[in-house]
Amino acid sequence: MEFGLDKPLVDIQNLTFRRGERVIYDDMSMQFQRGKVTAIMGPSGIGKTTLLRLIGGQLKPDSGKILFEGADIPSLNRQELYQARKKMSMLFQSGALFTEMSVFDNVAFPIREHTRLPEAIIRTMVLMKLEAVGLRGARDLMPAELSGGMARRAALARAIALDPQLIMYDEPFAGQDPISMGVIVRLIRSLNDALGLTSIVVSHDVAEVMSIADYVYVVAERRVIGHGTPEQLRQHESPLVQQFLQGQADGPVPFHFKAADYATELMELSR
Amino acid sequence: MLKQIQQLGANTLGTLQGLGRATLMLFGALWGRPRPLKNWHLYMKQIYVVGVLSLLIILVSGLFIGMVLALQGYTVLAKFGAEQMLGPLVALSLLRELGPVVTALLFAGRAGSALTAEIGLMKATEQLSSMEMMAVDPLRRVIAPRFWAGVISMPLLALIFNAVGILGGHLVGVDWLGVDGGGYWSAMQANVDFQQDVVNGVIKSIVFAFVVTVIALHKGFDAVPTSEGISQATTQTVVTASLAVLGFDFVLTAVMFGG
Ligand SMILES: Nc1ncnc2c1ncn2[C@@H]1O[C@H](COP(=O)(O)OP(=O)(O)OP(=O)(O)O)[C@@H](O)[C@H]1O
Ligand SMILES: [Mg+2]
Repeated sequence: MEFGLDKPLVDIQNLTFRRGERVIYDDMSMQFQRGKVTAIMGPSGIGKTTLLRLIGGQLKPDSGKILFEGADIPSLNRQELYQARKKMSMLFQSGALFTEMSVFDNVAFPIREHTRLPEAIIRTMVLMKLEAVGLRGARDLMPAELSGGMARRAALARAIALDPQLIMYDEPFAGQDPISMGVIVRLIRSLNDALGLTSIVVSHDVAEVMSIADYVYVVAERRVIGHGTPEQLRQHESPLVQQFLQGQADGPVPFHFKAADYATELMELSR
Repeated sequence: MLKQIQQLGANTLGTLQGLGRATLMLFGALWGRPRPLKNWHLYMKQIYVVGVLSLLIILVSGLFIGMVLALQGYTVLAKFGAEQMLGPLVALSLLRELGPVVTALLFAGRAGSALTAEIGLMKATEQLSSMEMMAVDPLRRVIAPRFWAGVISMPLLALIFNAVGILGGHLVGVDWLGVDGGGYWSAMQANVDFQQDVVNGVIKSIVFAFVVTVIALHKGFDAVPTSEGISQATTQTVVTASLAVLGFDFVLTAVMFGG
């Protein structure tokens, strides 16, 4: 099926997802346009990683549609799902490099698994990807010998090894020093533009996200509380969005995990 | 009282669910066309890690158990003037029981725990998840080679254990205690039946290999992805696999040699 280029690459419609009794998402919709960097922002524990896993088909929603190139991910069979996954890739919060392989072999892994290219061509491809993230010199190191920031960049090289259409970044800025933060911010932008990717960036680092995203969704309390370009968001009239953007702990969005009344619980302890 | 019955029910259900998940895991790993050609280096590597690296402990244990068997057996046999039966005593004990069982117990402690910890850690560090997102099935890529490595290695290790044990028996019985060397071998040849003793022993050890490997892989794959969860899973592998081996050994012995 030829799919319209003007349509969003990923289209989430009326998604509801529960973990046991807890509702994580309630009737939520989002669109991710081709060729754009779309960011999802929200407080910790709101279910951002969960959303990426839903798009990747590792979790199934309770209801709603997750369309990737027009195909509903949750209703694909195993084989179709694996075909779809070849076109997407995900950068995990931890990097998730294979610890028993060198950096080079990590980047070569998806190429070796999915193609029958000769070793010489694989070598060229891997070196190109490593060069793109500035780690060509580190190709023979093992993951344990990398710093956190280098590990994440190596994982990024692996994620783009097969030139996916969609790349999902889970907290790419967490735990980075200001320099590697800047490097990663530029990398995400330049990879997106040079390779014609569609990027989804999940993060709670407001400043970085606002600087690279073309479009931003702010998620809280099981739904989208505001969306738009960074410009539009800064002008957003919703107090929830403003609270999040300005990083105030007190406001309409609760900072605490749902719990019983504090005073009551303290009293119970002292009884 | 009611609570205990409840607990018993919950435990039984938990065990059954675990069995179900283990079956699903195995099914997912082995279903469909195996591709040993494309992944042969993975299989080789695992046979090396699981099998070859267990060789030392198997050799040493086999040697000592054979020597102890000869020492103990000799004192009893000598009372009846039946020293020439030392060969069959050592060989039959090893082939029928000690070889398969002790190998399986050592294997569970040496290789099984390592398999569980390795897979549990791959899960905890999201390596399995990221593999899945790269459209590579971790069941086929990670579980299957380790399964086959375990099932192929352990029976071979048991055979090696037996051979070394019999040599150990010779060392103590013939070279030290002075039993007639020719008699040691000829009585062994006359009293060991290939079908009844050797083949049954190998069958036992194939069953144990299957049980131990599946338990180890399943405990790792199902581990709670935290450091505590992994350490628990590793312990459980050794305990569950050892008990399962002893249980299966009783059943198999009853079927093979009971009648
Ligand atoms: N395996 C699980 N079983 C049950 N609940 C889970 C599981 N994983 C996550 N959750 C719950 O789902 C919620 C969302 O988790 P998720 O990891 O998606 O959050 P997140 O937005 O990515 O957080 P962070 O910004 O800290 O990474 C969490 O509050 C957590 O309690
Ligand atoms: Mg997360």
